[in-house]
Amino acid sequence: METFVDISDVALRYTGRAGSQDTLAVEHLNLKVHRGDFVAVVGPSGCGKSTLMKLATGLHFPSAGVVRLDGEVVNGPVSIAGMAFQNPVMLPWRSTRDNVLLPMEVVDPHRRQIRTNRTKYKLQADEILASVGLEGAGDQYPWQLSGGMQQRASLCRALIHEPELLLLDEPFAALDAFTREELWCVIRDLHQEKQFTCILVTHDLREAVFLADTVHVMSARPGQIIVSRTIPIPRPRSIEITYETEFAELTHELRGHIAEARG
Amino acid sequence: MQTKSAGIAKFDWVRASPWLCTFGLFVIWEASVWMFGIPYYILPAPTQIGYAMYEFSGALWFNSIQTLWTTLLGFAMAIVFGLLLGLFIGWDKRIYAGLYPLMIGFNSIPKIAVVPILVLWFGAGWLPAVLTAFLISFFPIVVNVATGLATIEPEMEDVLRALGAKKLDVMVKVGIPRSLPYFFGALKVAITLAFIGSVLSETIAANSGIGHMMLTAQANFEVPLVFACLIALAVEGIGMYAIMAGLEQRMTGWAHRSGFNR
Repeated sequence: METFVDISDVALRYTGRAGSQDTLAVEHLNLKVHRGDFVAVVGPSGCGKSTLMKLATGLHFPSAGVVRLDGEVVNGPVSIAGMAFQNPVMLPWRSTRDNVLLPMEVVDPHRRQIRTNRTKYKLQADEILASVGLEGAGDQYPWQLSGGMQQRASLCRALIHEPELLLLDEPFAALDAFTREELWCVIRDLHQEKQFTCILVTHDLREAVFLADTVHVMSARPGQIIVSRTIPIPRPRSIEITYETEFAELTHELRGHIAEARG
Repeated sequence: MQTKSAGIAKFDWVRASPWLCTFGLFVIWEASVWMFGIPYYILPAPTQIGYAMYEFSGALWFNSIQTLWTTLLGFAMAIVFGLLLGLFIGWDKRIYAGLYPLMIGFNSIPKIAVVPILVLWFGAGWLPAVLTAFLISFFPIVVNVATGLATIEPEMEDVLRALGAKKLDVMVKVGIPRSLPYFFGALKVAITLAFIGSVLSETIAANSGIGHMMLTAQANFEVPLVFACLIALAVEGIGMYAIMAGLEQRMTGWAHRSGFNR
């Protein structure tokens, strides 16, 4: 399979304020993600997981090493990535539908078409909202929705422009266990259907094993990948598999690596 | 109020509260003046002020209108300039860092010290009043607009920048709408400041306006008329504030969704 995201021997140093020491967030970071793959990155807190996301999208530049996306060296924000975070960051003055359509107002070629063809885009937004179980919520304001519904809408916003790369930074961390599992299935189905490349950063090992083809474990700061574990469980996976022995063994094994990484 | 038992149960205290409080204040004032036998040249009673208002209604009306449009002109300048400068300052951290101390310094200068300079440049009249209203009221607008821009959620910026959004896109889609509640909030503060500015200037160097009228009344020992001028100013201030508050509610209702003070 063809490599889509290629992070090779990357270091990133955050320059602190004058006088304070620089922070080395990641060093000797190597990560390859094939097109259409779903990878999860787990690790102890503060290990530079979020830095990895910013590197992959060109929001930050490596101090050393190279980041390639689809064969091209990344030297500016990539303009094709969808992102979702723990905090859904919806704009409170826009309806949920208009929030979902926000990327369309920015990304070419849609930004030139959206004014003249509002109806088509509106339908497209309603369609994707329906696919995550938010039928009819388009006219409501995001602050009228529950946390889980806002997070669904945030996923729609990340996917509306059909990005080739989706980056998720602990998107379900603030939700209750049941809603979280529901949204795992939403992501699983969306990935199945649209076949985008996805990097999920998470603290939750069950989430990582359930969703990903490969789970990468990062070391403590400065972060690098210490273990990459392929998840051999066949797709499509149902929530039931999370209660099986193979699943438990995989999570347990990864937990061991994280304990090591924390040192 | 007519059917007493039902009327009391349905009486809207929140709506009535401002009228009752204002009326109560005047009643206490009137009573105190008569009870303590305060002479009218120290503190006139509301009825005496009311009579002065009636007696000088023509002049009072003329000068109130004069002050109102002077204030509004200065206020309009403050809105345009404050909005532009606020956007400029909020655009970039370096501009913010560079200009903010200057702004604070400028705002710390008592405007009463600036009026003589304005008179020196433009002569006595309405122009120094307009400029003083402008100078005193633009600061809160600038600060609030800049703050609104400076507090964009970093995640939101990342979402847009990862889509290839330019700085202008982020400003137009997120920054400016986000700073509107701050902007309209600032307008309420700014309009009352603008009145202070214009009247201040009128009391120093002008041929008309409420400030000038007060000065003349004081010189003629017409103390009730001085108070009548103050009340005319207060009414104008409340009126303009109410318009600004209504505008705020209309434009940025989404920002007032908490039930905190209900």
